[in-house]
Amino acid sequence: MNKVVNNRAWFLVLPVFVLVAFSALVPLMAVVNYSIQDSFGGGVWIFVGTEWFEDVLADSRLHDALARQLLFSGLVLAIQIPLGVLIALALPTRGWLVPFCLVVLALPLLVPFNVVGTIWQLFARVDIGLMGNTLAQLGVEFNYTDDPLHAWITVVLMDVWHWTPLVALLCYSGLRAIPPAFYQAARIDGASRYAIFRYIELPKLRGVLTIAVLLRFMDSFMIFTEPFVLTGGGPGNATNFLSIVLTNWAIERRDLGPAAAFSIIYFLIVLLICWMFYTAITRIGQADKR
Amino acid sequence: MARIALDAVAHSYTGQAKRMADYALRPLNHVWDDGGAYALLGPSGCGKTTLLNVISGLITPSEGRVRFDERDVTRLPTQRRNIAQVFQFPVIYDTMTVADNLAFPLRNRGLAEAQIRQRVGEVAEMLDLAADLNRRAKNLSADAKQKISLGRGLVRDDVAAILFDEPLTVIDPHVKWQLRRKLKEIHERFHRTLVYVTHDQNEALTFADKVVVMLDGQVLQMGTPEELFEAPRHTFVGYFIGSPGLNLIPCSVEGDRAVFDGGSLPLTQDQVRRVRRREVPLKLGIRPRYLDVLGAPTADTVAAQVTDVEDLGTHRVVSLRLGESGLVINAVVGEDAALPADLAHLRFPPERTKLFADDLLVA
Repeated sequence: MNKVVNNRAWFLVLPVFVLVAFSALVPLMAVVNYSIQDSFGGGVWIFVGTEWFEDVLADSRLHDALARQLLFSGLVLAIQIPLGVLIALALPTRGWLVPFCLVVLALPLLVPFNVVGTIWQLFARVDIGLMGNTLAQLGVEFNYTDDPLHAWITVVLMDVWHWTPLVALLCYSGLRAIPPAFYQAARIDGASRYAIFRYIELPKLRGVLTIAVLLRFMDSFMIFTEPFVLTGGGPGNATNFLSIVLTNWAIERRDLGPAAAFSIIYFLIVLLICWMFYTAITRIGQADKR
Repeated sequence: MARIALDAVAHSYTGQAKRMADYALRPLNHVWDDGGAYALLGPSGCGKTTLLNVISGLITPSEGRVRFDERDVTRLPTQRRNIAQVFQFPVIYDTMTVADNLAFPLRNRGLAEAQIRQRVGEVAEMLDLAADLNRRAKNLSADAKQKISLGRGLVRDDVAAILFDEPLTVIDPHVKWQLRRKLKEIHERFHRTLVYVTHDQNEALTFADKVVVMLDGQVLQMGTPEELFEAPRHTFVGYFIGSPGLNLIPCSVEGDRAVFDGGSLPLTQDQVRRVRRREVPLKLGIRPRYLDVLGAPTADTVAAQVTDVEDLGTHRVVSLRLGESGLVINAVVGEDAALPADLAHLRFPPERTKLFADDLLVA
């Protein structure tokens, strides 16, 4: 059969190209535009090359914020992933308790982000907050507006409360997808509870855990609203995360050039770390794929 | 190694069974002799798997006792029963190598590593898995995976029995045949008790010394393949085993004859005495291969219309319509036998013609 070569077929790809251009490429190019020019208002633009990038990369405020951001995402993943798996393992598998538990678990996911910040702002207050006041009654002087450590504890707790259910629900769906024969075979083989987890459940959760780690990393690395409402980046700069610093530069100080350069670097870091996670997780246990 | 006895065992998934229909497995007494090869044969949902899981302890029966030799194991969990079981879909531990998969049941029971290596080597040799021992089990074909599942059962030399739950369902037909032979070979070499669940009569008849036929949660008959073919004690056994299955002709008794639409046949004194005054449906049953298809009537022949002849290479299957009701029965005849084109006369050899009352054989 003769293959018909007709380059007009490329027109069929055009709609997708246009769609992607408007949803991603054009906005991104606008940012690139800002990042390599300086503007003095009145339509005057001066090309500055990589100057903004050099400035931003040398800026110690960015270094500090990046360090804080990495610490925050590291803590969030280290707590939420194991905790989510544990919750998923502990959830009931049948009966009326199943829908009940799932709905209760999903509730934090339905709360708008700024409301989450407000809830925890009130919850942690020493005078009227349930947590802050209870701790005060127990003799712990808890003050997240004053003490950087307390601020961190509150921000991390807030994120754990808000997002661990997502990890748990993902893992629960992964666990439910394991055919009963695997558990039966493990019983026949005399496997311990730990062995069942290690050799059946964990390998079968690889897919959902990949998604959970990526989602939780990206979201936590780009977190803005909740700490902005809760601490505003304080006390001092203690919880000043990348997004908060960036917003400060772009909106309040209107330093569009550095902010744009910063945005691109930020984006590349997220992309790079996601790629590292993805490669690492998919490679585990795939050593001799032939 | 053990003799496995089921004393009045029954199981209902609803908890307490109130009616017979609540039982997935109706009350049953049964003994599996040490070293026997058994097949559990029946249609889907007849309770085969339930019975298997009761033996392995994956299900605790709601009634009755399970004994291995003289030991009562009814309440013992699977782990402590020394049973191996192979499931319909191959179960392998994805992240382990083939060798680790085979060693898993032994490691869990704390055997010495040297002993484990020796056993794993032997079993891998037996199942032609030796070349793949260091490969990851995940990337193997379905039949290799099923061999690993089987190997995990064979690797323990103390198991009371190995149970198979339709293990060849997902295997390619040509490999199926090899694996079935392998099982037979293993049975002849080691004389383990094997219980094999299947809904495929060929698989059951070639594999087992004794076949147990089940329907609706009860055991209808147990016997050698030959017994089940020649002397089915229930119409379902006759119908399910053999291809085509037993011909069944609804009839009634008048005097000393069985009368049906299209003719009548003589009955023995004994048969007449046994069904007299019983208000139950009666059926005559005969294997298609024992039916004589003649061109001319003789004493006690029944006329029938030939509707179809199917040539299967080694024999022919003739479809014949009896009387007005349109009941079609089958006869199996040789390739060279002369066949009447239209009207045939059927002879029912008395010793091959069975009478069933309420689906049970009138012996």
